[in-house]
Amino acid sequence: MTGSNGGGLDEAIGRRRFLGYVLAAPTLVAAAELVPATSAAVAPLPSPELTQLLDLNDLMTAAALPTSGLISVEVRPDGTVSFALPRAEVGQGITTSTAMLIAEEMAVPLDRVRVTLADARPELVFNQLTGGSNTTFATYTPIRVAAAVARLRLLEAAAAELGSAVGDLTLKAGVVTDRSGRGVGIGALAEKAASARTRQVSVELTPRRDFTVIGRPHSRVDALDAVTGRKKFAMDLDVPGAKPTMVCRPPTINGKVGSVANLAEVRAMPGVTDVVVISTGVAVRAETFGQCVDAVRALKVTWRAGTAAGKSDDSVLRQLEAAELPLGLRPPTPIVEGKFTFYFRSNSALEPNCAIADVRADRAEIWSALKSPIVAQQAIAAKLNLPAGRVTVHVVEGGGSFGRKLFFDAALEAAEVSQKVGKPVKLMWHRADDARQGRTHPMATSRVRVAYLGDTVLSYKQRHTSVSTDLGHGLGEIITAMAARLPVGDIGFSQTFFHLSQAMSYDFGASSQLLSETDKSFNTGSMRNVYSPDVTCARELIVDQLAARMGKDPYRFRHAFLRDDRSRAVLAKAAEAGGWGRAMPAGTAQGIAFHAEYKGVSAALVEIDCRPETVNRPVREGVSGPRVTKVVFVVDVGLAVNPRGLEAQMMGGVMDGIALALTSSLHLRDGHFLEASWDNYFYTRQWNTPPEFRVIVMPSTSETPGGAGELGVAASMAAVACAYGRAVGTMPTSFPINHGTLSFTPKPTIPPVPPSPTDGLDHAR
Amino acid sequence: MPEFTFRVNGEQVTVDVAGDVRLLWVLRDILGITGPKYGCGINVCKACTSHLNGKAVNPCAIPVEDLQPADEVTTIEGLPATVGRDLHPMQQAWLDHDVAQCGYCQPGQIMAAVALVRRAAAEGRTITDADLDGLRNICRCGTYVRIRAAIKAGAAAMGGGPA
Repeated sequence: MTGSNGGGLDEAIGRRRFLGYVLAAPTLVAAAELVPATSAAVAPLPSPELTQLLDLNDLMTAAALPTSGLISVEVRPDGTVSFALPRAEVGQGITTSTAMLIAEEMAVPLDRVRVTLADARPELVFNQLTGGSNTTFATYTPIRVAAAVARLRLLEAAAAELGSAVGDLTLKAGVVTDRSGRGVGIGALAEKAASARTRQVSVELTPRRDFTVIGRPHSRVDALDAVTGRKKFAMDLDVPGAKPTMVCRPPTINGKVGSVANLAEVRAMPGVTDVVVISTGVAVRAETFGQCVDAVRALKVTWRAGTAAGKSDDSVLRQLEAAELPLGLRPPTPIVEGKFTFYFRSNSALEPNCAIADVRADRAEIWSALKSPIVAQQAIAAKLNLPAGRVTVHVVEGGGSFGRKLFFDAALEAAEVSQKVGKPVKLMWHRADDARQGRTHPMATSRVRVAYLGDTVLSYKQRHTSVSTDLGHGLGEIITAMAARLPVGDIGFSQTFFHLSQAMSYDFGASSQLLSETDKSFNTGSMRNVYSPDVTCARELIVDQLAARMGKDPYRFRHAFLRDDRSRAVLAKAAEAGGWGRAMPAGTAQGIAFHAEYKGVSAALVEIDCRPETVNRPVREGVSGPRVTKVVFVVDVGLAVNPRGLEAQMMGGVMDGIALALTSSLHLRDGHFLEASWDNYFYTRQWNTPPEFRVIVMPSTSETPGGAGELGVAASMAAVACAYGRAVGTMPTSFPINHGTLSFTPKPTIPPVPPSPTDGLDHAR
Repeated sequence: MPEFTFRVNGEQVTVDVAGDVRLLWVLRDILGITGPKYGCGINVCKACTSHLNGKAVNPCAIPVEDLQPADEVTTIEGLPATVGRDLHPMQQAWLDHDVAQCGYCQPGQIMAAVALVRRAAAEGRTITDADLDGLRNICRCGTYVRIRAAIKAGAAAMGGGPA
């Protein structure tokens, strides 16, 4: 689907020439029109190994093609370059990497590039969805083309200004200089380089060998704001009249309000301005969030049953078993088989779901960290009964996402409350709400069967069965729209997503990996790395079993069966740098695992300490458990735009992998989750952090960047699980490994949020 | 409504609010000081960590009526002024190690780190790995390794840690 465009482009204007625009504007505005072919065209025949033809990134990049031309950079008279990125920055570092692309191509200092987040732009259709680790991959060329057009126009304007030929000019550090040494800054050229009419321009991009910015480590462009408290998140914005608002939520998942006994009484509480029943609970607006908490706790609400009434971990596990696809007849050869259970987990960004809404009779304005702002805009408009064009949606930088901000639950609620009370609101979820009513990574099982004979693996079958993953935030729409063009038939977008994201990296003969989904009663979402951590963890544990059965070392077995040099290189590097095979005391062990996705390959070597003195070390209100003592994570994403940022993403992915394997899960009991605090939901804490940690970014193996934001999770989780199994002598089959032990006292569900403590001064230290 | 007066980042402030409103909301919702973040509201995540008279506290757990007029509250915004510079050495260490990812927890992390180094110094010792293991601040982006490295560097720059 991209091949014909790319081929045509190449033939028409030669390699490394791209078409862009200078837009009619008072100052220089340059835009990119085309994305070149970056991936293989769809092969004519279906193949069982679909990811070799096309993966999720290709699909999303292809979906973005028709509208990428609307990406533009603006040069301002103060010498800065502005770019409104149609994506959400939630910590993954895309404002920094985007600024680097522009700085590279325009030869301006990085600190003069201002990357902001674009408001919802419905004309972008598919090109404003932040997910699938696709941002850098999809925007790498168009952003550079726009910047190259700007650069060319600046040189042309300087040529007129200085009376020199363009070929005699150099642009460096934001200044154009002629051969005599006379210079003019790009700020002074911004208006002279502007165009009165929109016209097409052909440019060449800076060749890879001349890169001075891309591929070198840079610190984040927002680091100073972050460490000084100046960085503004949605709840930090000062929107006139937008007062704190929280929602009293049901005691079970998606329960509904029956009646409220004391509305008038709560309306009269200190600071409270409004109390109103909405579709998800009872909303309270007050002068401070603290008074919202008090009012939420004071409400006496009769609730109707929720969507998961009566369900628990055990009943969902039985449902999953009933929905499992068969592995088929047992082959006559030796086999290795396993079944694994993965409990519900929360993506729980530290910034809870939140949004500001100012809804008037004829229009609405929304501020929120949104990864699918166009779908949000459309849904909010429908809810408010306004035309979509009357709803302005501002995308604010987010305090983490991990998939959560693909959904706009808080923005939808804020709009509803604002409309009902006729005032602007600043709506925030309590942490307890986030754990109990928020999005979850669906509970799943994975069954694996491998048949082998002698030194040959004959077949690999994996049947993944999951509570349904809600992809109804736009990513689903992209996949639905594109799925008809894929050789996979009519299997719906969850299935398509699964097939596109799950590569079979080992040469294991006939392989089939199938997804079966059941039960739509939960609020689920595509948590960081979606299906891959569980699927990879199950696979890698079975690979260890298989290696043992064949009498081979786990590392050397993987190395022998990986399909390509690039995969083998990361695995070998991890083994070498991590000292694979070194002697370890009893109760401690190494584990190694591999994962490929997002055009990248990765390997993790982990050491774990499962000795009693470590497992039982005391931590107040926390889970200690086995400690991962060392991680070496090796990654090859093709071209690493910002190695420092890439390393940060891998670090975060590893911490997620440790949590998924060892400590973090939600416990479902009688239609609700028990967790309501960070001291209930045990994400990795400092006491779980590996003392020895190293990320190795492999030398670039490609002209184009792969995805980074999610890549670190799967191999890490799998390596921790493998190490744990080897340390304790038994393969773990249920994750996280501590799920069977409830390590906290559950908080009440009515009222839905805990009281605000009053003993803060006692804990000053 | 009652009035409460105390000091924030070097200035005397007076607020007119119910006495049981927690300091976090007085700072954020009334005074517009948004560096301290909400992450749990029950003194668990530590995202709101600030200093009271130089010690780490969590404003989500302090009723404003507990403050005295001479009490000095320092938020991340006021940290540099405590050393008379544009940036506190711990903030500089954070920049040097490019610690922040989303940045939401970072004000609390930095305030907790500074208090930890001061506490160790007051005990006549430098910070240890056990001290770092004991930090409870959540970083959901998982940048814990860089946090540890930055705290060690910041401690050294403050004159209270390993060189």
